[in-house]
Amino acid sequence: MSDHSCECDSTARTQPACCSSIGLTRKVAPTGTGPTEVPELSTRLGWKDRLGGWGVRWGINRMGYAIEPGLYRIGQPDRRAPVLVTANYKLTVDALRRELGGQDVWLLVLDTKAVNVWCAAGKGTFGTAEVVRRIQAVGLHDLVDHRRIILPQLSATGVAAHEVKRLTGFEVRYGPVLARDIPAYLANRLKATPEMRRVRFGWKERVVLAPVELVGAAKPALAIFTIIAVVDLIDHGRPTLGALRGFAPYLAAILTGGLLAPLLLPWLPFRSFALGGAALGAVLAAVWLWLFPADLLAGAGLALVMVAITSFITLTFTGSTTFTTLSGVKLETRYAIPALLSTGGAGVLCSLLAIWI
Amino acid sequence: MTRYLLAGHSLVLDEALCNGCGRCVEVCPHEVFAMHDHVARIVSRDTCMECGACRMNCSEEAITVDSGVGCAAALIAQMARGGGTDSPSCSCG
Repeated sequence: MSDHSCECDSTARTQPACCSSIGLTRKVAPTGTGPTEVPELSTRLGWKDRLGGWGVRWGINRMGYAIEPGLYRIGQPDRRAPVLVTANYKLTVDALRRELGGQDVWLLVLDTKAVNVWCAAGKGTFGTAEVVRRIQAVGLHDLVDHRRIILPQLSATGVAAHEVKRLTGFEVRYGPVLARDIPAYLANRLKATPEMRRVRFGWKERVVLAPVELVGAAKPALAIFTIIAVVDLIDHGRPTLGALRGFAPYLAAILTGGLLAPLLLPWLPFRSFALGGAALGAVLAAVWLWLFPADLLAGAGLALVMVAITSFITLTFTGSTTFTTLSGVKLETRYAIPALLSTGGAGVLCSLLAIWI
Repeated sequence: MTRYLLAGHSLVLDEALCNGCGRCVEVCPHEVFAMHDHVARIVSRDTCMECGACRMNCSEEAITVDSGVGCAAALIAQMARGGGTDSPSCSCG
């Protein structure tokens, strides 16, 4: 980590003086300022950044991973240098600055409450009002001669470019979706190719979501395990290994819904996530009962619960994708919730009957 | 490209109001729009995720779309609180 980089961490929100703590001032004099008075961000990530980034992927400190909003610089930008606008989620800033090696640009970091660009735009925190406010707060008019700011394309759900222009005089250019494409975009005179504008959701994008999906599945898994352990305790009068064996198929269903369904997403049948997940759950149940045969009632109970779990977890993955619509989610949730509750309920009933009859 | 239920269901473009600025083409993450003779057209409704970026950036208000977060978890949480199904807000980062 270089001495000139401002490596704010999660404490940034509670320590507004994060940057000045390493001897840098965030103050920008109105006119004729040298760029050196604006804190510089390094374009190399240190081990702390990597560790923190790894952590938030696992849900550790995911909601408070922020840097102080304001103006930063990359390299030695002058009065004609481009101004890039971004969110103050540290994972976002890190993803951006690591792509800006060798560039001289200004970085205007908005206060998006430690949320990434697309989600913050959806919530409205990466919005017209915050862009306008931040332009004025850092005195951007006096810092650069041009009247142009570059926003990430995915912030467009929260920002009205024509309103920013009307209120500040700054023309909004929407840059590429991915930070990776910014050097090419800058070199291409601020023209994004159609490729740069398209959002992809390939296997790499889905794999990085796996840890947080797993963490999300931990709570229902624990709940199911507790129920099984209690039933086992009542059944045997003492805790037995049978509880773990009994939990195994449900754990398999949770992992199938949380990991396998996202990975297999493009190949799942049906546009509905709940139906696709149910199909996957049915395949899992069939394989499971083929490997570990059970009698009719116990087998039916197990299969029904496995289908319900897999379907439900797959349905909740809608929020992590880049293509689901509110209309569609409303439609399938309306049908899926009653259907899954009755399927799961019937399954639990069968399983209990199988134990006690 | 994976497609979803009711994709682009609520998206409406009034071509008569279009001023040909091309912002909708620029901001759409799924190439739903294209320009033809300086007028925007919907060319791929089936990939629309109703994010609302086009409506937000249309200075002529030629676009309407019922946008919101397509997240079942947020919707279920809201329904559980008795909040109905109107525009759930996502609670995760």
